[in-house]
Amino acid sequence: MKTILITFTMLFAGTLSYGQNKNAKASIQVDGVCMMCKKRIEKASIKTKGVKSAVWNVDTHELRLIFDENKTSIGQIESNVTAVGHDTKSFVASKEAYGSLYPCCKYRDESVIQDHK
Amino acid sequence: MKSTFLYFILLFPLFIFSQKNITGIVIEQNSNNERVPLFGANVFWLNTTVGAMTAADGSFKLPYDTSYEKLVISYIGFRTDTLLIDTPKSIFHVLKASDDLGEVTLSARRKPSATSYLSSQNITTISSKELLKAACCNLSESFETNPSIDVNFTDAISGTKQIRMLGLTSPYILITTENIPSIRGASQAYGLSFIPGTWVESIQVTKGAGSVVNGFESIAGQINAELVKPTTDHQVFVNAYGSLNGRTELNTHFNTQISDKLSTGLYLHADNRSQKFDRNNDSYLDMPLVKQINIMNRWQYANLQKGLISFLNVRYLNDEKQAGQLSFNPKTDRLSNSVWGSEINTRRFEVSGKFGYVNPNIPYRSLGVQVAYSDHDQASYFGTNQYDISHKSIYSNVVYNSIISDSRHKIKTGLNATYDQYNELVNSQVYSRTERSAGAFFEYSFDNLDALNLTAGVRMDYHNLLGTFLTPRLHARYTPWEKSAFRVSFGRGTRAANIFTENQKLFASSRQINVQSSGGTIYGLDPEIAWNYGVSFLQGFILFGRKADLTLDFYATNFENQVVVDYENPYEVSFYNLDGASYANSFQVEFSWNLMAYLDLKTAYKFYDVKTQYFSGKLKKPLTSQHRYFANISYEINPEKGESIWKFDATFNWLGKQRFPSTSMSPEDYQLPTYSPSISTLNLQVTKVFSDSFEIYLGAENVTNVTQKSPILSSENPFGSNFDTTFVYGPIFGSTFYTGLRYKLN
Repeated sequence: MKTILITFTMLFAGTLSYGQNKNAKASIQVDGVCMMCKKRIEKASIKTKGVKSAVWNVDTHELRLIFDENKTSIGQIESNVTAVGHDTKSFVASKEAYGSLYPCCKYRDESVIQDHK
Repeated sequence: MKSTFLYFILLFPLFIFSQKNITGIVIEQNSNNERVPLFGANVFWLNTTVGAMTAADGSFKLPYDTSYEKLVISYIGFRTDTLLIDTPKSIFHVLKASDDLGEVTLSARRKPSATSYLSSQNITTISSKELLKAACCNLSESFETNPSIDVNFTDAISGTKQIRMLGLTSPYILITTENIPSIRGASQAYGLSFIPGTWVESIQVTKGAGSVVNGFESIAGQINAELVKPTTDHQVFVNAYGSLNGRTELNTHFNTQISDKLSTGLYLHADNRSQKFDRNNDSYLDMPLVKQINIMNRWQYANLQKGLISFLNVRYLNDEKQAGQLSFNPKTDRLSNSVWGSEINTRRFEVSGKFGYVNPNIPYRSLGVQVAYSDHDQASYFGTNQYDISHKSIYSNVVYNSIISDSRHKIKTGLNATYDQYNELVNSQVYSRTERSAGAFFEYSFDNLDALNLTAGVRMDYHNLLGTFLTPRLHARYTPWEKSAFRVSFGRGTRAANIFTENQKLFASSRQINVQSSGGTIYGLDPEIAWNYGVSFLQGFILFGRKADLTLDFYATNFENQVVVDYENPYEVSFYNLDGASYANSFQVEFSWNLMAYLDLKTAYKFYDVKTQYFSGKLKKPLTSQHRYFANISYEINPEKGESIWKFDATFNWLGKQRFPSTSMSPEDYQLPTYSPSISTLNLQVTKVFSDSFEIYLGAENVTNVTQKSPILSSENPFGSNFDTTFVYGPIFGSTFYTGLRYKLN
């Protein structure tokens, strides 16, 4: 009886620690300046298969994510965000992607940042 | 040159420091008030890519540079904090749980009432600021500065104002307080005057079919009043009001925080009009004498770390109205047939509870439970007509919110059950009925985060008198280009008509009541069923350098069945099932423009085509004007200073001719023309804000003194067969002035 119990506990503990989290939470830094950026960043994130919720904060530049680890990864989400022109903590958007942003969204430009303050 | 040099010297030591790191510990305060290190919190310099995560003991280490000023510490489920750092020191920081994930703070000046560009439903939100534009006094009067809702007088006796939307009267509007259906059944006639204006935090007006979540009854639209909450309302609030028409009012709010999770508020309202006025010399009071006491106690519990929010409300109301002839004394003349008088006494007791749970780890999953009980008792007589109604009601609703695959696809599903027990006495006839219903609903909404969103819902209800039926509803919004919103909606509504309480004005006449039973389940009549279709277009643009909005709305309501209220015979009022067509089409153009800083103009034209098949033919709905015009101008002086602010407000209403119910069978003396004259009214208000805590207002209603001459037909012979007080198309009382004060303590 005791062994069964232990085995069960072990099994359960095993699943818990090895199982991929279906509602994994993460928060990453994404550069941007305005509400249009917010829309673009959130849209790019949520269109990544497996992302359930994505909320970007314009002041702190923090992108809060909830996603299924079985279906996607932080890296995947970050690369999708950079693909629409936004730098993340570990990736830099390509020249073309950054170039496609509206003039008011050019977050690398100091004067644009000042305009939004 | 010298100063530049100095700066260089000054910068030097900082350069040395800049090599350093900044270290610190991030902790959280848990629900047991213990401080535990927070693992995995984000710490980074604002506007840089320099950041780190906290270790298991909550510690972190970051490079420091003089160009870095703001350190941001964040963690999901907690409020993000930004620290100003001027020297590289060791930081010890406690994060607090946040109440909302990704809270948005709006810094732009919000318009007092605004139609959303984003929602799939055509919702206008009236903020507390807009509510202040008309200083008085209860919910029915709060719509006077808003063009989506028309405020009409119902009769020459009760002084009640009735609201209409899309050309339909308030029974066709679902009126909720905090999403619990509140003004329905027995409270339909006077219920709006039972919600004091100061209790209302904001009002959401949804045109068209509305959501399936709150039931199947709404046909023309939904009005939801959010009440003030103990945590956000002022600690102490006092509002006193006095009008030259003899009305005085006092509102007091007291709110206290009992613990960090529990708050309570006590709200008192007293309303009194004891002075008799008969300005039109028809020997009848122009407005009834009123005494109202209204008490509400709210409890608010919030445990944000666990995601729990809960409300408990208890309310008691006592309202006494006396109307009729000046010489009427209720003590001796009750139900007399020598002096005509009326009393309407209402008592209402209400308890409601709300409970909400948001999974703190998965914020898009939530569960809400609402339960409400009310006991409404009205005892009244109008001359020799007696009408009593008691209505006990239970409402319960469970809603579960979640998403399908991601947050673009949201779902709401749940169950609700209602119980209504009615007992009515109409002269000597007793009517009782019990209504029970249970329903399940499912609503799906899609938002592509861009130009399109859509809400589709369906509910299935079982009702012991209305049967089993399906209620589908759909709303969609599409933004073809910038600053625009194109909306469509359609939906079905079903309701049981409470023929007496909704048409109480009939008792203040000599008309005979004629219910033409068809063997149906509600007073022998069938349930009312209607479909509502709407299209709306909103466009924002810049006119002479200032913001402007143009809204075009078209809504059509078609009745499959309606309980027709027929006043076309001056000696009776008949109720019968619709046989033929009944519809209400409405068209509205609304234009609002910010002419100058703090000068706003809102203007609207409304066209109504409301027709019903009566026995005597297909006719326009009586006492409904086909054309209406509305304008409101508001101006503020010094609004940014926070004190010595002046606010000015003017509201103009024009109503075209209204059809009188036919009087062709009456003797010539009591015949009325086919149409009433058109009327226009103007209201003005000035508010002076002395400080954050004190303001005074002064206003004038109906400045141009427009009145309906002799609103009571056969007033000299109230017990004769032609006595009728229901032909009211305009104000009875002329111009009046009021003043009041507001005192707030935070």
